[in-house]
Amino acid sequence: MWIREGKLKPDSSWNDDLQVKFTVQDPCQLVRKSLGDPIAEDLRFVVKAVVGADNFIDMWPNKSNNYCCGGGGGFLQSGYSEARWAYGRMKYDQILATGAQYCIAPCHNCHSQIHDLAHHYGGTYHTVHLWTLLALSLGILGENERSYLGPDLADLGLE
Amino acid sequence: METAAPLAVPAATPFLDHVQGLLPEGGNLSACLTCGACVAGCPAAGLEGMDPRKFLRLITLGLEDEALKSPWVWMCTMCRRCLMACPMQVDIPQMIYQARQSWPRETRPKGIMGSCDQALRTEGASAMGARSEDFEFVIGDILEEVHESQPGWEELQAPVNKQGAMYFLNQNSREPVTEPDEMVPLWKILHLVGADWTYGTQGWAAENYCMFLADDAAWEEVVRKKVAGVESLGAKVWLNTE
Repeated sequence: MWIREGKLKPDSSWNDDLQVKFTVQDPCQLVRKSLGDPIAEDLRFVVKAVVGADNFIDMWPNKSNNYCCGGGGGFLQSGYSEARWAYGRMKYDQILATGAQYCIAPCHNCHSQIHDLAHHYGGTYHTVHLWTLLALSLGILGENERSYLGPDLADLGLE
Repeated sequence: METAAPLAVPAATPFLDHVQGLLPEGGNLSACLTCGACVAGCPAAGLEGMDPRKFLRLITLGLEDEALKSPWVWMCTMCRRCLMACPMQVDIPQMIYQARQSWPRETRPKGIMGSCDQALRTEGASAMGARSEDFEFVIGDILEEVHESQPGWEELQAPVNKQGAMYFLNQNSREPVTEPDEMVPLWKILHLVGADWTYGTQGWAAENYCMFLADDAAWEEVVRKKVAGVESLGAKVWLNTE
């Protein structure tokens, strides 16, 4: 909303030449279980505004049909780690199929699980919060606020 | 010629009656066509030899003990993908929630129970057990660091317990406890748009594991604690991103 009103002016031109590819996880809680496809469209509007429309690659299936990553329902705290990794294999393969270097996870549980899946299965994608990229595209992302960015973007926009 | 054993008529299952009583239209639990559309999109299918269709069939055929006692009820995330795919709109996720409730509390996964208990115990409802004074201290500490080290951000604010703000913002415990610098981008974004917002020391934590524990009373207590925090500051909008 703040982007549409012009109060925030993200600029994706940082990625015009870099062409770093991003995919996004539709959080079950946000999309299928509450606000539906309209919020998934809003999410894509924001993602495209911050990384560039050409650098966004959707997973399949997606939006309300998206697969759960396995981070929700208390699974992360349940102690059943082996089962949680097996559960997340579907999500891991789905992310890899996009070829994206980054998976944006706009939910804490999704972020933890997708990050952990890459660690467990040896994936090379990075798992990043949406706020990190929004701040990056606004040119306001500080040096200590980049824990989840890869080396390719670690210094981008810093003086 | 051998005669087949007569098909046993399932005894009345208290669990099924209970769940059907809770759901609109009885949750369509007996309407399953056994088509398997639920299984096709379920990442938990196959774990513990269980899947959504099998779970439902066990219960409708009177074998509820086998279904309810399976640790699978903690491996389904209740993501509702099965319900979305189901042509008969059978509410399996709600059944999983009720199945979790059928476990005596002390036998439920310790990690989830611990997170719920921490939220009950702390003023901020933090599942990680973070104290409100520590939360407030970390915010001040990080804010001071930004003021000193990031030119142009000397005016950045992160108010705590500000009266009458438009937005009361919850914060997941993970940031203040393990990676406080990750809160800063959000503060900056709120600053840029000129949002009138505040954190609070009461009910500040965004997460609520009591729901995952299927402990309704504890879940409600945590929610009420957060609502009280919002209302005590007179904020107009409660922002909870979880």
